[in-house]
Amino acid sequence: MSLASVPIAPRASAITWRFATVAKVVMETPTARTLFLDVPGWPGHRAGQHVDVRLTAEDGYQAERSYSIASAPEDARLALTVERIDDGEVSPYLTDVLRVGDRLELRGPIGGYFVWDNVLSGSLLLVAGGSGIVPLMAMLRHRAAALATADMRARHRVPARLLYSSRRWEDAFYRDELARLVQADGALEVAFTFTREPPEGWTGFRRRIDRMMLAEVAWPPSERPRVFVCGPTPLVEAVAAALVDLGHDPALVKTERFGPTGGSP
Amino acid sequence: MLSAGPTPHTSLAAWDFALRGPNAPVARWTRDEFQALPHETVTVDIHCVTKWSKFDTVWEGVSVDTLLVEAAAHGVKPAPYVLAVSDGGYTTNLPLADVTGGKAWVAVKFDGASLAPEHGGPARLLVPHLYFWKSAKWLRELRFMERDAAGFWESLGYHNYGDPWREQRYAGDP
Repeated sequence: MSLASVPIAPRASAITWRFATVAKVVMETPTARTLFLDVPGWPGHRAGQHVDVRLTAEDGYQAERSYSIASAPEDARLALTVERIDDGEVSPYLTDVLRVGDRLELRGPIGGYFVWDNVLSGSLLLVAGGSGIVPLMAMLRHRAAALATADMRARHRVPARLLYSSRRWEDAFYRDELARLVQADGALEVAFTFTREPPEGWTGFRRRIDRMMLAEVAWPPSERPRVFVCGPTPLVEAVAAALVDLGHDPALVKTERFGPTGGSP
Repeated sequence: MLSAGPTPHTSLAAWDFALRGPNAPVARWTRDEFQALPHETVTVDIHCVTKWSKFDTVWEGVSVDTLLVEAAAHGVKPAPYVLAVSDGGYTTNLPLADVTGGKAWVAVKFDGASLAPEHGGPARLLVPHLYFWKSAKWLRELRFMERDAAGFWESLGYHNYGDPWREQRYAGDP
């Protein structure tokens, strides 16, 4: 990150609202599902970006929320994975009510910092808590799509590791796909940790992500991995602080924090 | 949401604060000197670009008006635009008119307690009438500029001005 400021663009074009149509719905966990959307005029996105979704009630009341994009830029359809927040204004509609063929309003892509484009830019360390996996999954999907066309030598230069914290095995998103990606790609490693109920016979991590776990999973700071951390604010604070403490360059650690609407300043 | 990296932890001993004029003169305060300036307590509503508002929040800090009066003695003159510069490399830009006239403070306390690092401590800018990313955390310097220049979030697609009443969230919003 540089202190240099850039000149104001003469007139940025607005990020316009578009109608998306639900083409397919996939349950990921008991409380989360992925909406695959057809979005006419969608300008494309970068892995890690998000969209704003807007719902309008019959009386005109509108509610807007931000959701990370789960699909790779290369994918045919835009995918959002949404976790239900029980007293939420928007998510229960997206997880429980919306059906294939229904429309919803969204705009994007939004966000220019928490993005990962360059599959040849060095080791990639991803750390996720709960639904914080979503933008990181877009990066792994982008990586898989890009490496499918890159030569093998390039592939060996860009190892990737994901450390993913969930409460229970049933709560972890994309389990089957992550297993497939690991099987297909010798340079990708995925480590789960379960903070409440590990699966039967689990021998891996069973605690919140801490400094020791990061020291075990991450490359040494001298390797200068690109790090992306996404999850609830307390997890992101703890992980980012531990990484800096271990010697990782803060400029290489990009974070996205989320919490329920109305969080503290 | 609007923190892009690890939270900087700046010790109070290492913290200082500066006002920098367009032609290099600088007024600088150590932590002790800053604490000796007259502080104000303000109760304001704040609005985050990620859709939440928080009402009647109580802050304590030094108004930018006060800092400007003090800085004038060091030859620092304001200019039409300000760039707020923070630890960690963050910047955000504002018009001078939005940080003067009792509209902005360098806040050191929230709800009666010293600002924790994750809330922007030791000090953050407080500009309650604009979206809260303009209230830069971990503030170290206000730099006056003759011409406007986009800060960190603004160059990454957020609105250049950020008026919550006009919902100016992203670049291109009217």
